[in-house]
Amino acid sequence: MTVAALRVVEHNATYYRRTWRGSVVLTFLSPVLFLAAMGLGLGGMIDRAAPGVLSGVSYAAFLAPGLLAAQAMNTGTFESTYPIMSRILWRRTYHAVLATPLSVRDLLVGELAWISLRLLMMAAAFLAVMLLFGVVRSPLVVLAVPAAVLTGLAFAACVTAFTATQTNDSGFSSLFRFVITPLFLFSGTFFPIERLPELLRPVAYLTPLYHGVSLTRGLSLGTLDPTGAAIDAAVLAAYAVGGAIAARITLGRALVK
Amino acid sequence: MTSVPTGPIDPLIQARGLTKRFPAITAVDAIDFDVAPGESFGFLGPNGAGKTSTMRMIGCVSPITAGSLRVFGLDPTADGPRIRARLGVVPQSDTLDLELTVRENLVIYGRYFDLSRGEAGRRAGELLEFVQLAERSGDKVEPLSGGMRRRLTIARALINEPDLLLLDEPTTGLDPQARHLLWERLYRLKQRGVTLVLTTHYMDEAEQLCDRLVIMDKARIVAEGSPRELIERYATREVLELRFSEADREALGTGPGADPADRVASGDDRAAPGESRHDGRGDGRLDERFAGLAERVEALPDRILLYTADGEAAAVAVHERGLLPESVLVRRSSLEDVFLRLTGRTLVD
Repeated sequence: MTVAALRVVEHNATYYRRTWRGSVVLTFLSPVLFLAAMGLGLGGMIDRAAPGVLSGVSYAAFLAPGLLAAQAMNTGTFESTYPIMSRILWRRTYHAVLATPLSVRDLLVGELAWISLRLLMMAAAFLAVMLLFGVVRSPLVVLAVPAAVLTGLAFAACVTAFTATQTNDSGFSSLFRFVITPLFLFSGTFFPIERLPELLRPVAYLTPLYHGVSLTRGLSLGTLDPTGAAIDAAVLAAYAVGGAIAARITLGRALVK
Repeated sequence: MTSVPTGPIDPLIQARGLTKRFPAITAVDAIDFDVAPGESFGFLGPNGAGKTSTMRMIGCVSPITAGSLRVFGLDPTADGPRIRARLGVVPQSDTLDLELTVRENLVIYGRYFDLSRGEAGRRAGELLEFVQLAERSGDKVEPLSGGMRRRLTIARALINEPDLLLLDEPTTGLDPQARHLLWERLYRLKQRGVTLVLTTHYMDEAEQLCDRLVIMDKARIVAEGSPRELIERYATREVLELRFSEADREALGTGPGADPADRVASGDDRAAPGESRHDGRGDGRLDERFAGLAERVEALPDRILLYTADGEAAAVAVHERGLLPESVLVRRSSLEDVFLRLTGRTLVD
């Protein structure tokens, strides 16, 4: 990463200092609520009704790492929708940044670095909540934090590429409704994708969230298969790199014309 | 003292055949201009004339389509970052961080130019004094007035101590007081040796700030010179403005519905670019009524302009012919008149 890109991180950090209080509460509250309602509430029923259905782990322990990956997807996606659009179209601060020696590439690298930092904070908070709920089964779980960052980054890069092509925010509701929500529900977060109809399973294998969930769950439950994990990480990295290349092009078209 | 061979000073900006085409339109069509160091240079023209596109190319944020452009002797295509390091840019609409404080806006921006936090902070303090915002230093930008935001944007553009300041319509939308304060600050910068390049569609702004300017219309440069030169070349010393009642306007055939091609009655044959349609076959009634009273007569929807060396004398002559305008105004010619002469249109519609 270039020094120039670090200036973008510094810029965002200055901005974040003014707004962090509200977001910190949400960062902890969201996993607490989900784990309490679905892990303990719903999970309690599942564990009683069908003991052993998840190869001996409680539903809460199965669900928690999936939620971590899903939360990373949500954070990475959200951070690259409205905030990025505002800096391109509404506040137009990117235009000011590009009047300095920075290039579009520096700007993009800086933004993705900043989003990675935000993902890191989120994942660390999430892990603390998981430990609090006692739903962790392996010390490898610390590696679930970078795995979640990579998952979020894969989404952030692709969504940034999309945001830069938009001329207003109406596309975001379609993005959340038709992409993010279905992924959240059907990528293995709440139930193993083996439960999906056979025709849909290959679709799930192609999505980044499936691989994010697979990684974080393997690390948290200690059931990681090295080959599978390498494939998961490679797919996520491919989405991140491919998204960043696309974003470099679409941001350039939006800002340098 | 040793004698150093002095040639002409290298221009700070040099454009030859500079062209910008977008898929749908040609925004800038093969224009040539030079800007010398220390000069205050303006692009005057109506909206859509190509001023902003030209500024963006100079600012190295818009690739040129054809022709050549050199800024500080460097090529924007290859040396964008090096050029931008020495530029200050004041965009048409403010691009400030509204949630940050006035001071943070400057310091953060200074960091993009690789200033240390200490140095950026020191310069921020000085610049806030310069633009008279020191008292608002710790306030957020959000509640600031338009004039204050503009001054902050100018201060931000100066954080890297630029050799060249680009100002795209610096005072559009400001009240007169705010405009005069800005002009005064820009004049001080010019005295310190900063080269200013600005766009405007206000003739008074161009007259106040520019040593030299080009008038742009429809992607091309239609005239170039100092404000005084342009007025001398394309207008008379004075202008007599007459307003008639609606009934009289109908009688004169210059009402709002009149064909624009017929509204010019020319009694002078000095050549001007774009003059071809000012061929003297104007409205017969206008010619008749004002013949011999002025070098040139221009009929706008709301008033009639008589271009003459002596406005008072012309006003007396108008009355002697039995014409009774509702109001009579004698004024000095301005760049607005130059623009009208060259393009047949007013600058701000």
